[in-house]
Amino acid sequence: MKFTLSWLKDHLDTDEPLEKLADKLTMIGLEVEGIEDRASRLAPFVIARVISAEQHPNADRLRVCMVDTGDGAPVQVVCGAPNARAGLTSVFSPPGSYIPGKDITLSVGTIRGVESRGMLCSAAELELSNDHDGIIELPDDAPVGAPYAQWAGFGDPVIEINLTPNRADATGVHGIARDLAAADMGTFKDPTIKAVQGQFPCPVTVNVEDETLCPGFALRLVRGVNNGPSPDWLQRRLTAIGLRPINTLVDITNFMTYDRGRPLHVFDAAKVKGNLTVRRARDGEQLLALDGKTYTLDSTTCVIADDNGVESLAGIMGGEASGCDETTTDVLIESALWNEINVAQTGRRLGINSDARYRFERGVDPAFMVPGLELATELVMELCGGTPSEIVVTGKTHGDDRIIDFPLNEVKRLSGIEVPLVEARRILSHLGFTVAGSGPVVKIAVPTWRADVTGKADIVEEIVRIVGVDRVPLTPFPRGDDPRKAVLTPLQLRTRRARRALAARGLTEAVTWSFISNAQATLFGGGKPELTLANPIAADLSDMRPSLLPGLIAAAQANIDRGLGDVALFEVGQVFRGDRPQDQFVAASCVRTGLASSRGPGRHWSGSAPVDAFDAKADALAALAGAGAPVQAIQVTPLSEAKNAPGWLHPGRAGALQIGPHNMLGFFGELHPRALKALNADAPMVAFEIILDRLPETKARPTRAKPALDLSPFHPVSRDFAFIVDRTVKAQDIVRAAQGADRKLIAHVTVFDVYEGKGIDDDKKSVAIAVTLQPRDKTLTDQEIEAVAARIVADVTKKTGGTLRG
Amino acid sequence: MSDLDSLQSQILTAVAAAADEAALDAVRVAALGKKGSLSAELATLGKLPPEERKSRGAAINQVKDAVTAALSERREVLAAAALDARLARETLDVTLPLREAPTDAGRIHPLSQVMDELTAIFADMGFAIAEGPDIETDDYNFTRLNFPEGHPAREMHDTFFFNPKEDGSRLLLRTHTSPVQVRTMLTQKPPIRVICPGRTYRKDSDQTHTPMFHQVEGLVIDKGSHLGHLKWILAEFCKAFFEVDNVNMRFRPSFFPFTEPSLEVDIQCRRARDEIRFGEGEDWLEILGCGMVHPNVLRACDLDPDVYQGFAWGMGIDRIAMLKYGMPDLRQLFEGDARWLTHYGFKPLDIPTLAGGLSS
Repeated sequence: MKFTLSWLKDHLDTDEPLEKLADKLTMIGLEVEGIEDRASRLAPFVIARVISAEQHPNADRLRVCMVDTGDGAPVQVVCGAPNARAGLTSVFSPPGSYIPGKDITLSVGTIRGVESRGMLCSAAELELSNDHDGIIELPDDAPVGAPYAQWAGFGDPVIEINLTPNRADATGVHGIARDLAAADMGTFKDPTIKAVQGQFPCPVTVNVEDETLCPGFALRLVRGVNNGPSPDWLQRRLTAIGLRPINTLVDITNFMTYDRGRPLHVFDAAKVKGNLTVRRARDGEQLLALDGKTYTLDSTTCVIADDNGVESLAGIMGGEASGCDETTTDVLIESALWNEINVAQTGRRLGINSDARYRFERGVDPAFMVPGLELATELVMELCGGTPSEIVVTGKTHGDDRIIDFPLNEVKRLSGIEVPLVEARRILSHLGFTVAGSGPVVKIAVPTWRADVTGKADIVEEIVRIVGVDRVPLTPFPRGDDPRKAVLTPLQLRTRRARRALAARGLTEAVTWSFISNAQATLFGGGKPELTLANPIAADLSDMRPSLLPGLIAAAQANIDRGLGDVALFEVGQVFRGDRPQDQFVAASCVRTGLASSRGPGRHWSGSAPVDAFDAKADALAALAGAGAPVQAIQVTPLSEAKNAPGWLHPGRAGALQIGPHNMLGFFGELHPRALKALNADAPMVAFEIILDRLPETKARPTRAKPALDLSPFHPVSRDFAFIVDRTVKAQDIVRAAQGADRKLIAHVTVFDVYEGKGIDDDKKSVAIAVTLQPRDKTLTDQEIEAVAARIVADVTKKTGGTLRG
Repeated sequence: MSDLDSLQSQILTAVAAAADEAALDAVRVAALGKKGSLSAELATLGKLPPEERKSRGAAINQVKDAVTAALSERREVLAAAALDARLARETLDVTLPLREAPTDAGRIHPLSQVMDELTAIFADMGFAIAEGPDIETDDYNFTRLNFPEGHPAREMHDTFFFNPKEDGSRLLLRTHTSPVQVRTMLTQKPPIRVICPGRTYRKDSDQTHTPMFHQVEGLVIDKGSHLGHLKWILAEFCKAFFEVDNVNMRFRPSFFPFTEPSLEVDIQCRRARDEIRFGEGEDWLEILGCGMVHPNVLRACDLDPDVYQGFAWGMGIDRIAMLKYGMPDLRQLFEGDARWLTHYGFKPLDIPTLAGGLSS
C-alpha cells in the first residue's frame, strides 16, 4: 500500500514530521517498508529552455543545442531526442549529476567531436515513467532555472507500508489516517458524504444470481460526461504511487481504491448491451481484460455479464470491450461487495494481482458500498460533468452488527498493562468503535470496516497497539518450582549423541533435502505413492526420502566433482517409510569415499588405505554406542544371512546390525556398484544407516551409582590358538565357541591374526585368537590351564569344523 | 712392590683398558675365574704355614675386593657408554606431520549446533523440547491454527501437498512448526512450556528461500502468562543466544492467524561489510513473530480461552544461525560442500553449555 504525505494530510490534520509519522505507523502495526523522497533524489535537475538546436556536423540523428539553464551563459548540449527543438522547455541535468534511469553519473563529454556539457532528460531517464521517446516537454511558462522536482510537485514523499492481511481498513489512505489520529498524530478528517440526488432512474438493472458470491451491488449511470485526461493533481497522485493515468473516469476509480480502499468499476454505458447479470462464468468463456490479456474462465469464476457476454471479472479486473475511453459520454459506475475467498482464489488461479483483488480479498467495508458510489459520482460530476441517475442497489448495504462483551481487565490479563477505561474508550472511539457501559464488563460495537475484530483478544490488540507495545513491561518469567531434570526425550538424546559420536570420528555433518527423486527413493526402498508430492518444486525433489543415503551420496559425489575426493559425510535426520507420524524415523548415516578411512583422509607417510566396510562398521557401532545402545548385545550378520537385506549394499562386503532376532538396527558395508551408478556416483563408497528409534529403551535406575567394581587379585593368563577353518567360517563363531568353553574363567577373546595364502589350502584360512583367562579364587595351575585350553580347542573344532594349526 | 701389588696393578690396568663388556669379562675371568691369576694366588694359601696363611689371605682378599670394585665401576662406565652410543643412533624426524585428530577434523553442522544452543537456553528456563511429524494434516497445520478455509493467509504458505486419499483428504508437508503446538496442547495438560524445533517446508526457492528450512517455536500455556512475560523471555533469549550483554528490541504489532495480539520483533544491530553486530547500531532486523495464542486456537485444542492463556513465538533457525555466525547464503546450508561445512561447522567437543558460554 502506497500513498504520499500530502495525500495523507487530506485525511489527517497534522504538523508531525514525516519521520515521526512513519515511526508511529510502524509501531501501530502499519509497518513502513520504505519512504521514497523524489525531491531529494531529483534535486540536481533544473528546468531549462532550448535556445537553438542545430544539426550536429558529424551525426544525422544528433543536434547541438544551446540551452538556457537560468544560470548565466547558455550551455552547449548534444542531444539525440527527436523532439529537441528551439523554444522547447525541458529538464536539464548538469555534469556531475546522477541519472537514476541510466545508473550513470554525468560528466562533460565530447560526442562525435562536439563538446556536450550536460543532458536534456527523458521521463525514463528520471525514472518517472517508461517514456523514453523524447525529452520531457514542459509548458512554456515553466520557470527556467527552477528545480524541476519541486516545480513538478515531487516534493511529496511516497510512503509504502507492508500491510498485514487482516487490515482491510488500511488499504485506503482514509483508514490509515484514522489509525494515526487514534495514536495522537493529528486530527482525523472525516466529513460526511452527501448523497447525490439522482435525476432519473437508472436504465440498467442488475440481476445477482448468487448472493454468496456477490452480497451487495450498487450501480448508477452518469450521462453526458466529458472524459479526457484527468487534472494534474489527480495524475500526480497516481503517478507518485506508480499508477499510470489513463483518463478521468478510470483515474477516479483508481483514486477511490487508494483513497478509500473502495475499488469501483466504470463501464462505458454505450458498450454495455442490455442489463447486467452477476453470475458464474460458463466453462470456456473468455474475457479480454484491461491488462490486455485474454483469460479463459470456468464456473468457479464470478463475472459481470451483459447480453454480449462477460464484461468484467468480479472484484478483480474489468474487460477491455466495455472500458471507458475519451469517447465515453455515459458511464455506469459499479460499487459492489464480493466474496473474499472467491476473489482470492480466482485471482490466484488466473495470476492477476490487481489493486481491486488486493482489497476485495481482504474484505471491503460493506457499509461504504453506497457512500463510496456517491463520493465517486461527486468526483465524476466535478471533473467530467454529467447528470447522475438514481442508484440501483441489490443485496446488503451494511455490515453485520457485532457487539463484544469486553471485561476491562482483559487488557491486563493478556498484555500485562493497565489501561484506564478513559484511555481505552478514547482509543476505541477514535478507531470507530462504540463503547457502552463503565465496567467491569463493557459492550463494544465494532465498526463495519473492521471485519477482522471478532472477539475480546482483538479488542485487546487494538488497545495495545495504539497504546504502544513499548508500554508492556518486561516481566520476569520464573521457571517455577519444578525440579531441574532432563528435558530431552530419549530419542532427542540419542540424536544429539549420535551426531557428536560421528563427528568425533572425523566425519562431517551435512544436512540434505528431505525430498529426493522418485528413482532414488525407489532404489532405497521408498517411492511409495503416499510419499510422492503432488506439487514438487522440482522433478528431482518429488519423494520423501526413505533413507539419508541418496542425499549423502549425491553430496559426496558433488564434492568429488569439485576435486575433493576423500570425503566422509554423515547426517542424522528424519526418514519416511510411510505417511503416518509413526512411520517417520530418525536415521543416522554416513558415507566415506576414496582414502577417507577412519585413520584419516588422504595419503599420509604413516600409511593410508581406501575406505572399506570395516570403516563403515566402526562408524555404525560408534554411532550406536554414542546413542546409548547396548553394544555388547548387538549382533553382526553378513548381509547374505540378514532378513530384508537392502539391495544398495555389496552382497559380500556388507552386514546387518541387530539386537535379538527381530530388531534390525541397520546396515553397513560397501555400497553396491549398481546403486552408485544409478545415483551417478563413480567412486567406490562405504556407508551405514541405522534407525535410532529402534534402540531399546534404557531402563530407569533408582540411583546413579555405578555397579561395584569387581577386581580379581589373581594374575590373568593369556593363551594363543590358531585354527585352520573353511573360509566361510565366521570369526564371530570361533570367538563365541571359545568363549563358551568356560564362561566363568574366560574373560575375553580377541582375534589377532587372519591369514589366507601360502601354506594354507585355497578354501581355508587360519584364524588366530588370544584367550584371556581371569582366575577369581586362586592362581591357576598348569593342569587347569591345559584343561581349559583343551576344551577351547575341542569346542572350536566341534562348532566350526576347524583344526588347531600345527 | 710386592708380587700382589704388582698383580693388582696389572689387573686394574687391564680393567681400565677393557673397551667393551666382552673384554671386561675376559679380564674378570683372567683374574677371578677358576684359572684366574688371583684364584691361583688363593690356591697357594694351603701350602703356607698357618701363621703366614692368615696375613697372606687377607692381602689376597684385599686385592680381590679392589679388582671386584674396579670391574663393577668399569662395567657401569661401559654400560653407560654403550647406551649413549645406542641412543645416538636412535633418531626420529619429529617434524613429520601427523594426521589431524578426528576430534579436530570432524564437524557438527551449524544448524545442529544452533539447535543445541537453543535447547541449552530454553531448558534453563524450564522448557521441554516437543517434536512432531513433518507430514501433517490440513487440520493441524491450518484449521486448528485458525486459518479459515480459503483464507489468503493459507494461500500465502505455498504448501507442498501429497496426493488426495480416497476420502478426499490430503496430507501436506508442514509449513511451520506450529502444528506441534496443537499436538502438544491436545496431549499435555497446562501448564505447558515447550519449544518445538523442526524442519518445515514451503514451495519457494530463491536467494533467500529454500523449499526446506528450519523453525523453532515456543509455547507457554497456563493461567497467567501475558505479553510482558513473552517480552522478557525473548529479551533473555536474544541476549543469551547472540551472547551480548544488551540487545535493543522493537515489538511491532502484526498479524498471524494463530495469535492475537500478534507482534513482530526486530533487534537493533549494526551492519558492517560481512558482519552484523547486535546490541549496537541503527538498523532494525526482523527476527521473529509472536503473540498471545488466539482464543480460537485454544478452543480448537480443547482449552477454554477464559481459563487458559499463553503465548507463542516462532523464528527461523537457519536465519538466526546465519545472523549469529555470519553465513551469507541460505542455500549453502543444504549443499553438503565439505569446504563450507569444515569452515562453518563446529568441532564435536564444542558442546554448547550456558556454564561455558554457548559458543566459546
